[in-house]
Amino acid sequence: MSAADVSIAPAERPLRHISARFLRSELRLIFGRRRNQAGMGILAVVPIIIAIAVKVSTPRPGRGPDFLSSITSNGLFVALAALSIELGLFLPLAVGTIAGDSVAGEANIGTLRYLLTVPVHRTRLLAVKLAAITIFSLVATVWVSLVGAVVGVALFGGGEMTLLSGTQIGMGSAVLRLAMATLYLGLCFASLGAIGLFISTLTEQPIGATIAVVIINVLSFILDSIPQLSWLHEWLPTHWWMSFGDVLRDPVAWGDLTRGLLTAAGYMLVFWLAAWARFSDKDVTG
Amino acid sequence: MENLAVATSGLTKRFHQQVAVNAVDLLVPRGAVYGFLGPNGSGKTTTIRMLLGLIRPTAGHHRLLGKAMPDHTGNVLPLVGSLVEGPAFHPYLSARANLVRLDSVDRHADPRTTKVRIDGALDRVGLLAAADKKYRAYSLGMRQRLAIAGTLLAPRELLVLDEPTNGLDPQGTREVRHLIGSLADDGATVLISSHLLSEVEQVCTHIGVMHVGSLLTQGPIAQVRAVSEPKARVVTDRPQDAARVLRGLGLTDVVAEPGLAVGTVGAVAAEKIVMALVQDGVPVTGFALERPSLEDLFVSLTGEGFNVSG
Ligand SMILES: Nc1ncnc2c1ncn2[C@@H]1O[C@H](COP(=O)(O)OP(=O)(O)OP(=O)(O)O)[C@@H](O)[C@H]1O
Ligand SMILES: [Mg+2]
Repeated sequence: MSAADVSIAPAERPLRHISARFLRSELRLIFGRRRNQAGMGILAVVPIIIAIAVKVSTPRPGRGPDFLSSITSNGLFVALAALSIELGLFLPLAVGTIAGDSVAGEANIGTLRYLLTVPVHRTRLLAVKLAAITIFSLVATVWVSLVGAVVGVALFGGGEMTLLSGTQIGMGSAVLRLAMATLYLGLCFASLGAIGLFISTLTEQPIGATIAVVIINVLSFILDSIPQLSWLHEWLPTHWWMSFGDVLRDPVAWGDLTRGLLTAAGYMLVFWLAAWARFSDKDVTG
Repeated sequence: MENLAVATSGLTKRFHQQVAVNAVDLLVPRGAVYGFLGPNGSGKTTTIRMLLGLIRPTAGHHRLLGKAMPDHTGNVLPLVGSLVEGPAFHPYLSARANLVRLDSVDRHADPRTTKVRIDGALDRVGLLAAADKKYRAYSLGMRQRLAIAGTLLAPRELLVLDEPTNGLDPQGTREVRHLIGSLADDGATVLISSHLLSEVEQVCTHIGVMHVGSLLTQGPIAQVRAVSEPKARVVTDRPQDAARVLRGLGLTDVVAEPGLAVGTVGAVAAEKIVMALVQDGVPVTGFALERPSLEDLFVSLTGEGFNVSG
């Protein structure tokens, strides 16, 4: 085949239907990258360690309301314990890495200018980037849950689950509750990712953006633990994260979960708009 | 306006204190191969970035393919292939995967023909055999070729190529020259920035010369070169006498060097020169009429200095 047949015949180039090609390409970039696959591996290590540690240690029943002590009663608690441990650093770090990369990574290696001259409209670029960050956040959270659930059920069995309020629910409902908690946290982390997207438009150093996200995450936890700042607490991005345990009440305690979802949605909206305001007429010189 | 592929008026870019591009009126007719010349730091890349909407001009405006920018970016850029300040791709993806990436973000690209178009573009730049190598493992010249392939994924009416032959081997340079020729034959307009003047001389129909942010001159290449007139070179063992005869004939800027006399011909009929020399008994062992090379022209316009203007 002669190459000349395919490329040169100046003509109008019709706009095609809206498609998910850009988003799919973005997800392929994220999930195809070795570094990110290794990160997913590390995320999976935590539930495995938890499950094994509990299995080999002598059982000490009735110690505290945390998920760790309930694991021997139902393996699904491995997933919940892993989520509550990883929400402090590992999952925010994973989401922060992807978010920090989103714009700054492309600016850093120069591919940003070639995306913009294709052309990709800057608003569309930011929309697709946020969608990809959100999907990554959900996938990473589901991944931790899934590994925890599989390893937990394999080592400790499933069956009836005793809720925090003492009621018993069947395995099917228990899986549903776990799915709700996972989804909730995934969206919470995505709101941190939106902050990361904004920071990513400020710099050409993806690592810098990632570090900034982690600092914001840690700072938010610290501020949340200072009682004198209680007026601030409910506005902190991480404040409602631990409320994911409310899905284990009977009936589900929707109050804090709803506040948490609204807070996450608010952060996503505000920081996406901030990213847009910053990026839509920014000089791309990298 | 309609017959201009690129038209800027008063295009200006200021970075902090420095004016990188100063009131440039670039005019590139449709179908032209326009050589955009200028020393390092003279503002070529900055101008190109403004044309493509990557940076916002401080002042002035411009049209591409007859349409006002940046209002028509979405309609115009799909018809423009561009190479800005060197290649840039994802290092851990193969060359092919990088082109797939570029194609998938293009809302004007037909996914059913992606493979055919990518193979065609890779073939055209001679990279088909290396298509599945990781970009990280590519050499400088291969990277440059891949960037050119990226501009060929779709039919284009305008190609904006910033230093397209940078890092290419002689074969690659020739290929790019042929490529530009064939694109132009197909009716595309090509704006090519370069320092390689002999390159530009061979392919360009028009040139523009930038210097410290300003466009010093532009136009069809013959017209720009006509500004510098041809010189007569007389090889002789009596250069002083030859110089006297040349002055007598009306040549200007006559200089005598050992074994050589040179003068600007001007309005003097060139065929009379040798005759006059011989009649005066000056032995002539060689005679030539020379047009200054583009390089001479370039240096005469932008100065001899090697240092980049800050
Ligand atoms: N982002 C920036 N911030 C500040 N100054 C800049 C920036 N980009 C370019 N400049 C300055 O603008 C001037 C023109 O630079 P430009 O890259 O357009 O030159 P060029 O003609 O492409 O040079 P070269 O032939 O070396 O590629 C230079 O003095 C450069 O330092
Ligand atoms: Mg340049």
